[in-house]
Amino acid sequence: MTTILAIDTSAIASAAILRAGAEGTEVLARFATEDTRSHAEVTAPAVARLLEETGLSGKDLDAVVAGVGPGPFTGLRAGLTVARTLGFAWCLPVHGVMSLDAIAADAVAAGAPERFLVATDARRKEVYWALYANDAGTPRLLDGPHVQRPADVVVDELLGAGGAVYGAGAGLYPEELSPVEAFARTQPDAVALGTLALERLARGEELLETEPLYLRESDAQVPGPRKKAL
Amino acid sequence: MNRAEPLILGIESSCDETGVGIVRGGTLLSNTVASSMDEHVRFGGVIPEIASRAHLEAIVPALDAALKEAGVTLDELDGIAVTAGPGLAGALMVGVSAAKALAVATGKPLFAINHLVAHVAVGLLAEQVFADGLPENLGALLVSGGHTEVLRVRGIQDVQMLGSTIDDAAGEAYDKTARLLGLGYPGGPVIDRLSREGDPKAIRFPRGLTQPKYMGTADEPGPHRYDWSFSGLKAAVARCVEQFEARGEEPPVADIAASFQEAVVDVVTAKAMLACKEHGITELLLGGGVAANARLRELTARRCASAGITLHVPPISLCTDNGAMVAALASRLVMDGAEPSSLDFAPDSSLPVSTVLLP
Ligand SMILES: [Zn+2]
Repeated sequence: MTTILAIDTSAIASAAILRAGAEGTEVLARFATEDTRSHAEVTAPAVARLLEETGLSGKDLDAVVAGVGPGPFTGLRAGLTVARTLGFAWCLPVHGVMSLDAIAADAVAAGAPERFLVATDARRKEVYWALYANDAGTPRLLDGPHVQRPADVVVDELLGAGGAVYGAGAGLYPEELSPVEAFARTQPDAVALGTLALERLARGEELLETEPLYLRESDAQVPGPRKKAL
Repeated sequence: MNRAEPLILGIESSCDETGVGIVRGGTLLSNTVASSMDEHVRFGGVIPEIASRAHLEAIVPALDAALKEAGVTLDELDGIAVTAGPGLAGALMVGVSAAKALAVATGKPLFAINHLVAHVAVGLLAEQVFADGLPENLGALLVSGGHTEVLRVRGIQDVQMLGSTIDDAAGEAYDKTARLLGLGYPGGPVIDRLSREGDPKAIRFPRGLTQPKYMGTADEPGPHRYDWSFSGLKAAVARCVEQFEARGEEPPVADIAASFQEAVVDVVTAKAMLACKEHGITELLLGGGVAANARLRELTARRCASAGITLHVPPISLCTDNGAMVAALASRLVMDGAEPSSLDFAPDSSLPVSTVLLP
């Protein structure tokens, strides 16, 4: 049996404790916010409550798994900081999973077509998106993640006419991104993320490091040379 | 919790330094600081997002290094302390997230404390300046790249803001001026060095907020009697450089640097002395990264001496932002019987100095 704590703060803040056994994956406890802007406040207390609910402690866990984004910088860092620090304190491995994979896993479970897109809100009128294949019931990343304006995502070219785009990013821009109705508000979530991580670990696959996928540079501008007064 | 000699780990991430320090009671055990200063060089100033990214990468290695250096384990700690504000919001979030996670992982109490008061509390560490506790009639002059203020310290939980900058921090003014003069980043050390070759009286730069309408009188203080403003000074330096260039002359960089530094140091110390005098302050702690500036230390010492004020300056490694000061403050609060903060607190980028410890 493998027991993990999964955390994702790439959009909403969520956390879950999951256990993989002979009967499949069991969600022992879960937490999720609606809100996308309070991650530094809520993430660690949420983990404390999950531990309390399950009666588990760090020594009962085998790994910590964190969504590495893409996501808005400050919120994304809150989850990664919590995951890395818990891993350090508990002497546990900390693995990364690309956050859009969580939505892709749910999409596949709901019968996604052979090729589909996942999109989340990148703010500033842009979306994070990635192209996936439904590979006999598991999501396989084909391209991405990217950050672009919705109108610049070439949905028809990637999927053909009437293609399916999963996730809250599509729901925000229905004109450009032909959302799948049932997924029009779906955000990356720790349950899906953790489930996927357990499947990958069971297959002996390597997970990612926990480097954040910011996709954008910081907004800093290198100041130009000062104009000389002449 | 051991309240007699608590073992506290402190985390600081309010600006561009990732600091982790460990103290036992009033004894400093370790003080690890990683700075992202080098990454800000090409921008000529601290870029909040770059600082925040660097905090994420530095925090776990800093925790590890501080624990090893102190020779203690997480299990042995009595508490975890963290800067809750004031500071850069995104930068604070990293330290706060790490501290909360440590508290959850270890079950240890968490203390969310005020960065400015921590600059004062560092003086409480043994072999630093106030080994026997805070003296009566204490004030603090904090001058750094992120903040600049003069405080009245009646007790470690009774701190009052007398004055502060209303725009740039003093250290920020150094950085901006250094950029104008083509001297690189950070501006403090290079301007301090170059000033020794220049004439501080060559150019009379303005001292911000010193006109009577801002100052008022001791009985009827104006709106900014003890406050500073450095944005006008920066503009004056820019105009000065342009005037030389317009005349086709090479600007006298050393003279400009020296005159700029004199303007900053003069107004900082003059207003601090005025605040001390009018609030019965007879002991002054100098803190913040700009305390490393030779001219600031010199003029503060001289003016304190002639005003009959005893000046205390901690070692520079404890004046710049660091985790040990955070741990030192929490340790004092624990010894005084303070209760820990709730795990749900939010960092506050403009935390008032009256809030020493978040509930
Ligand atoms: Zn400071």
